[in-house]
Amino acid sequence: MTSPAARGIGMAGLLFALALCLALGKLILPEGLIRPPEWLMQPFADWINAAFYFLQNDLGLMSLTRAFSDVVEWLLDVTANLLYGKSRWPNIGPIPWIVIAITAFMAGYALKGWRLAALSGGTFVWIALMGQWKWAMETLSVIVVAAPFSVFLGLLMGVLAWRSPKFERVLNPILNIAQSLPHFAYMIPVVVFIGVGPKAGAIVTIIFSVPPMIRMTLLGLKKVPEEVIEAGKMAGSTRWQLLTRVRIPTARSEILIGVNQVIMQCLAMVVLASFIGMPGLGQKLLQLLQSLKIGLSVEIGVTIVLLAVTLDRLSKAWALRLPEHGAPSAQWLQRNRLLVVWIALCAAGFVLAQLAPYLHEVERKQALSVAGPIDAAMDQVIRIIAPVTAWLRWFLITWVLIPMRDAYLWLPFTAVLALLAAIGWAVGGMRSALICLAYFGLIAMSGWWDRAMITVYMVSISVLIAALIGLPVGIWAARNPTRAARILLTCDTAQTFPSFIYLIPVIMLFGVNDVAVVAAVVVFAAVPIVRYTIEGLCNVPPELVEAAEMSGANRRQTLWHVQLPLALPTMLVGANQSVMFSLFMVIIAAFIGTQDLGQEMQRALSSTDVGKGLVLGFAVAFMGLMTDHLISRWSDDRKRALGV
Amino acid sequence: MGQHLARTGPNVTETVISCHGVSKIFGPDPGAHLARLKADPQTSSVGYVQAVRDVDLDIQRGEMLVVMGLSGSGKSTLVRCLSRLIDITGGTVTIEGQDIATLSETALIDLRRRKMGMVFQSFGLLPHRTVLDNVAFPLEMRGQDRSTRYARAREMLELVGLKGREAYFPRELSGGQQQRVGIARSLAIEPDIWFLDEPFSALDPLIRREMQDEFLRLKGLLNKTIIFITHDFDEALRLADRIAIMKDGRIEQCDTPDQIVLHPATEYVAKFTAEIDRARVVRAGSLARQLSGAAEGEAVAATRTIRDLARLLVADRREVIPIADREGKIIGGMNRQVALDVLLGEAT
Ligand SMILES: Nc1ncnc2c1ncn2[C@@H]1O[C@H](COP(=O)(O)OP(=O)(O)OP(=O)(O)O)[C@@H](O)[C@H]1O
Ligand SMILES: [Mg+2]
Repeated sequence: MTSPAARGIGMAGLLFALALCLALGKLILPEGLIRPPEWLMQPFADWINAAFYFLQNDLGLMSLTRAFSDVVEWLLDVTANLLYGKSRWPNIGPIPWIVIAITAFMAGYALKGWRLAALSGGTFVWIALMGQWKWAMETLSVIVVAAPFSVFLGLLMGVLAWRSPKFERVLNPILNIAQSLPHFAYMIPVVVFIGVGPKAGAIVTIIFSVPPMIRMTLLGLKKVPEEVIEAGKMAGSTRWQLLTRVRIPTARSEILIGVNQVIMQCLAMVVLASFIGMPGLGQKLLQLLQSLKIGLSVEIGVTIVLLAVTLDRLSKAWALRLPEHGAPSAQWLQRNRLLVVWIALCAAGFVLAQLAPYLHEVERKQALSVAGPIDAAMDQVIRIIAPVTAWLRWFLITWVLIPMRDAYLWLPFTAVLALLAAIGWAVGGMRSALICLAYFGLIAMSGWWDRAMITVYMVSISVLIAALIGLPVGIWAARNPTRAARILLTCDTAQTFPSFIYLIPVIMLFGVNDVAVVAAVVVFAAVPIVRYTIEGLCNVPPELVEAAEMSGANRRQTLWHVQLPLALPTMLVGANQSVMFSLFMVIIAAFIGTQDLGQEMQRALSSTDVGKGLVLGFAVAFMGLMTDHLISRWSDDRKRALGV
Repeated sequence: MGQHLARTGPNVTETVISCHGVSKIFGPDPGAHLARLKADPQTSSVGYVQAVRDVDLDIQRGEMLVVMGLSGSGKSTLVRCLSRLIDITGGTVTIEGQDIATLSETALIDLRRRKMGMVFQSFGLLPHRTVLDNVAFPLEMRGQDRSTRYARAREMLELVGLKGREAYFPRELSGGQQQRVGIARSLAIEPDIWFLDEPFSALDPLIRREMQDEFLRLKGLLNKTIIFITHDFDEALRLADRIAIMKDGRIEQCDTPDQIVLHPATEYVAKFTAEIDRARVVRAGSLARQLSGAAEGEAVAATRTIRDLARLLVADRREVIPIADREGKIIGGMNRQVALDVLLGEAT
C-alpha cells in the first residue's frame, strides 16, 4: 500500500521520535542508557597493542622495518648532504642555492613557460634570501626521498589491484579507512617501529601518501581505451610489454596526477611530522607558533605556501602537458636546447658561488627579514580590531561554543545512536541505518565517547559556519564566469596549502583557544564548499536556466527551483570534503589545546601508545566514513532522481 | 564458384580460417545463456547481447572477404573472434588447421607476431608515441633493431602519404591522417592474415582509392588473406572476392558479389542490395546460357561487367551474344534482352 520510500520515512520518523524521547526523558533514564556502560567497552587498545607486540617481536617484522628504514636513512643522508651539506657520503654538498634556484627556474620554463619559471625560481630565491634555506632543504630532502618511494609503491599496488579484482576488493576498504585516518594516527605506529627523527618522518610520509597513487593508477589503467590495448595485442605484445609499453604510458595523465597528489600529501605530512621530531620548516613553524612569534611564523608560512604552490604547479604542469612534436630533422643541440642552457647556467652558478659566497649560502646575519614590520603592523591591526575579536571571542565562547558543547555532552548516547539511525534510515533505509549504528556503536564501545562528542561538536559547528559563509560566496561567485574562474583558482591554490598553515592567521587574531580552532577549521572547511558550489552551479545546463527564465521565473526563483536542486549532487561532494577536512583540522589543531580526540591522540603520540592512538584514529575515521556514506548515498539518490 | 576461382588464381583451395558455429554473447554469464538458448531458442535475452550467432565460414588463402551489415550487426565482434581478441562463447575458430581457442598464450603471441595484422575502426593508436614509433611498434614487438624498424616505418609512412609527420603525436593529426597511421602500422609487417575494420572510413575519395589499389596489389602479389569490413558497397565491389552480409550477428549470405545481387538468399539481403546498380556487379559469365545453335559473331569475355558492355549491348543487333572464358573458349551465350534488363532495370 505505502511506497517503500514512504515506509522509510515512517521508520526514520519512529527512530527520530525514539531519539527525542530518550533525550527528553534523560532524567528518568537508567545510567546505562545515558553514558556507555562499563560492560559495553572493549579493550580495543590492548588488543591492538598485543597484535603490534606480536608483529614486532614474534614475526620479526622489526628487522624488516629496520632494514627498510636503513635504506631510507641512507638516501636521506645523501640528499641531506647534497641539499644542505650534512657531512655524510658523498660529501660534496651543499649545492649552492643559486644553482637550485636556476634548476627550479628552468624546470618551470620547460614545463609551462615564463610565469611558472618566475614562480618556482622566485620561491627558491625568497627562501635563500630570507635565510630559511637550511630548514626548507631539510623539508625538501624528505620529500625528494619519500615521493619516489610512494610513487613506486602506489604504482605497484595499483597494478596489482588492477590485475586481481580480488586484491582490489580487499584493498578498497583499506584505502577508504586509510584516507580518513588523521595524520597523527599514522605517526604512532611508525614511532613504535622506527623511533622519532627524520627517518621516521620520511617513512610516515611515504605511508601516508601512497593511497592516492594507488587510486589514480587503478583509475588510469581502467580508463585505457580497449582498442589501444587490442592494437597492442595484435602487435604481438606479451603481457609485460602490454603493461609497460601500452597500458601504463597510455594512463600517463592519471598516473602523473597521482604523482602530483603524492607530492602534495608528502608536503602536508612532512610539515606535520615535526611532531615526531622531523626537523625543517614544520618544526620551526611549530616552535614559533608555540612561542607566539607571529612575524617570524608568517615568514615561514609564506615559504611553505610558496613551496606548496610551486610543487603543485610544477607537477600539474607535467601531468597535463600533452606531447607535442618537435622539428623533425633538428640537430641534437637544437632538440635539447633547454638541457644545454640549464647545464651552462648551472656551471655559471657554481662558478659565481665560488666567487661570491653570498650566492653559495646566505648567512643568518645576512638574511632579510620582514618579521619586524609584520609584527609592528600586526600590533597596530590587533589594537584596532582587538575590541571586535575580544567581543567575538567572548560571544562565541559563552553563547555558542560552550552551550553547544554542553548540549552534545548532555545528550544520552542512546539518543545519539537513535538519531543517527533515524538519519541513516531516512537517507538509505535499513542498510544505512545499520552502518551508522555500527560506526558510532564502535566509538561508544571504545570508551572515548565524551572526547568523540567534543570532536563531533567542533566539526559540526565549524562545518555549519563554513556552509553559512561558503554557500553565499559560491552562489555570488557563480553569477559571473570570470569571477567564478578567479575564485575557483583561489580555492585550488588554498587547497594545496598544508593544513598547518591555516593556524597562523587564526592564532594571530584569536590567540590560543577554542575559537581559534573553530576559525581555522571554518576557513579550511569553507574552501571545498565554495568550490563545489561554484562548480555545481556553473554546470547546470544553460537551456534549463533559459527555460525557467522564459516561463517567467525571477532570479531568486530560478536559483531555488532550478539551479540549486540540479547543483545539489555536486555541492554534496563539497560538503563531504568539507567534513573530512574539518575532522583532520580539528585533530591537527589539538596542540592549541582542545579537549577532544586530538588531544588524546597527541598524548598517545608522546607516550607512543599504539593501541590508544589507533583506537582514537579509527574513531575519527569512522566519523568520516559514516558521513561519507550518508552523503554519497544521498548524492547518488539525487543524481538518479535527476537522471544525470 | 567457378567465377571466384577464375578471379583468384589456381592455388586457392587451402582454407586459412574456418569457423564452425561461432557465437559471441556479451552479458553476465554468457556460457550458461548460450546453453539455455540451445535448449530453447525462445529464451528471453534480456541483459545479454548476442553479437555473433552461429557463424559458419571458410576463408581461403589469398581471398578477400568483405563483411557488410548495418551498424551493430556484429562485424567488428566477428573479426575480434577470428583474431581471438575476445574469447568466443561457442563454436570453434581454426586458423591454418589450429584451433585458436586451445593455443597457449605464447603460441597466440607468436601467431600474432608472425601471421596477423589488424586495422582498427577507431584506429587504436598509442597516444604517447610519435607517428613513427606507432608504426614501428609491431616491429619492435618482433624484436627488430631500431634502425631497420625505423627505416621500414618511414617507408610505410611515405606510402600512406604522411611523409614529414613522423615526429607528430596522434592527437596532432586529423581523423583521416590517424587512420592512415593505423594502416601504415599494419602494412609495416605485411601479415599473411589481415583484418581490416573499416580501414578507409575517414579517408577522402582520392586517398581511399590509392589505398584500395595498394591492398589489391599486395593481395595479388603476396597471396594475402584479407577480411575487410566496410559500409561502402562500391568499395566492397571493387575489392571483394566474396561478400558476407550480416544481420543481428548472423551471416545472412556469403557469396560472390554477382550471386548476392542476382540471387539474394533472403529478403533482407535483397533489400540490402536493392539500391545497387546491378549492371556494375553482374558479369557476362553469370548470364551465360547453353547455346542452342552455333555462336554467331564475336564473343565477349566472361569477366566483363554488363556496365562495361553497355555500348555494345545497345548497338548490337544479335539476339544472343556468345561468351568466352579466359582461354577464348566459348562457354555459352547471353540473351541480349536479359542483359539490357540488368542494365536499364526491368520494365514494369
Ligand atoms: N564489449 C562489449 N560488451 C557488450 N556488448 C558489446 C561489446 N562489444 C560489442 N557489443 C555489442 O555487440 C553488438 C555488435 O557490435 P559490433 O561492434 O560488432 O558492431 P559493428 O557491426 O561493428 O557495428 P559498426 O558498423 O557500428 O562498427 C552491438 O550490439 C554492441 O552493442
Ligand atoms: Mg564495428
